[in-house]
Amino acid sequence: MSMNRREFLKIAGVSTLVGIGGKTAFQLLAPGEVEAQVAAAPLTKAKRWAMVIDMPRMTEEIMDKAIEACHRIHNVPDLGKVKEAIFWIWKEDYEHAFPGQTHEYIKEEIKEKPFLLMCNHCANPPCVRVCPTKATWQREDGVVMMDQHRCIGCRFCMAGCPFGVRSFNWGDPRKAPKDLNPDFPPNPEYPTRSKGVVEKCTFCAERLARGQLPACVEAANAMEKDVMIFGDLADPNSAVREVLKKHYTIRRKPELGSEPNLFFIV
Amino acid sequence: MYDGGKIIVGLIIGLGLLVSPFFYDLGQVAKPPDPQLTPKAKEAGACVAPTPYMRSFHMQLLDDWRNTVVRDGDRFYDTGKGTWHLKVADFFGYKTDSGPTVPEGKVHYKSLQVTCMDCHSNKSKFCDQCHNYMGIAPYCWDCHIAPKENQ
Repeated sequence: MSMNRREFLKIAGVSTLVGIGGKTAFQLLAPGEVEAQVAAAPLTKAKRWAMVIDMPRMTEEIMDKAIEACHRIHNVPDLGKVKEAIFWIWKEDYEHAFPGQTHEYIKEEIKEKPFLLMCNHCANPPCVRVCPTKATWQREDGVVMMDQHRCIGCRFCMAGCPFGVRSFNWGDPRKAPKDLNPDFPPNPEYPTRSKGVVEKCTFCAERLARGQLPACVEAANAMEKDVMIFGDLADPNSAVREVLKKHYTIRRKPELGSEPNLFFIV
Repeated sequence: MYDGGKIIVGLIIGLGLLVSPFFYDLGQVAKPPDPQLTPKAKEAGACVAPTPYMRSFHMQLLDDWRNTVVRDGDRFYDTGKGTWHLKVADFFGYKTDSGPTVPEGKVHYKSLQVTCMDCHSNKSKFCDQCHNYMGIAPYCWDCHIAPKENQ
């Protein structure tokens, strides 16, 4: 069959048009992908989650309850060894938590009382900058999140974090000593981690998605009302902003410029 | 050939070892996988997507779920908006409405541990049946907690 130049160009033109139309139709008919991109709005509606801890009203008892609540909900094992310990939230004394802001004759009460520490969810997180796989990244709502599926255990983030909030799983957490963790894993609705990944506080991303407060805040506030305040720092009318307006607050190592979102009323 | 006898005997023994697995399994049929549904799953009638899709693409669905949940914070799955419509038609060459149907517009919480394993609480008789047969060891269970089974 022979074909002249004119016929060839006609067929080529028509098939190109059909091709373009076909692709568009294909995209329109693939509902999941297009809509997922549009409708994938995060369920948490804040721009910058933050927490304020009211230290004068905080007691060690409340701190212990908050730590227990967090570690039980997130299946964090007690390994019994300091060097391999895993923690998402813990107690630390003032001079170690705020090394640049202490002196010999500091107020007794502050000197002796431990502070409740966790991930600061920095607005400018150094751990995120060093992660080679984007296993840790900053969500749109400010939460510095961990993706355990992607973590390769290089521990750059642990070196990058100036606050020591990250823990490494040197062993399988399921093999944690039974005498220290009798019912491990305590929460069947949350995964454990595997050997060789880094973990830390996620501001209870899974609870925020359901509109609940972080576990530590809930546990602490059940004992002493509003001793821990959680809210959106970007919203001028939020509870955290109200508290920050009224009280003098400090943050850990602000001179580093990582902009921590964990505040302490002292 | 020096030591020809020894070499030939060695070769025969070696060849015998090499093909021994074939003779070992000769005449036997490997037990085909037989995934069982729990009464709860049977009662529910439909999964989050049609059965042919789930059978072939459950790993892609789970991968999609874990990425959207962890990275986008998108924790709910609408069966009416799922990506399975196109893929099943592509793969099997028929429209999904000719197969088992899934009620549209049903919303599920995207979670292997909480949602999938709520119905399929018999991991050893459901998941492991095919995975073991195919020699697949998914690392889901390194972290995600499998439901307790009463044997």
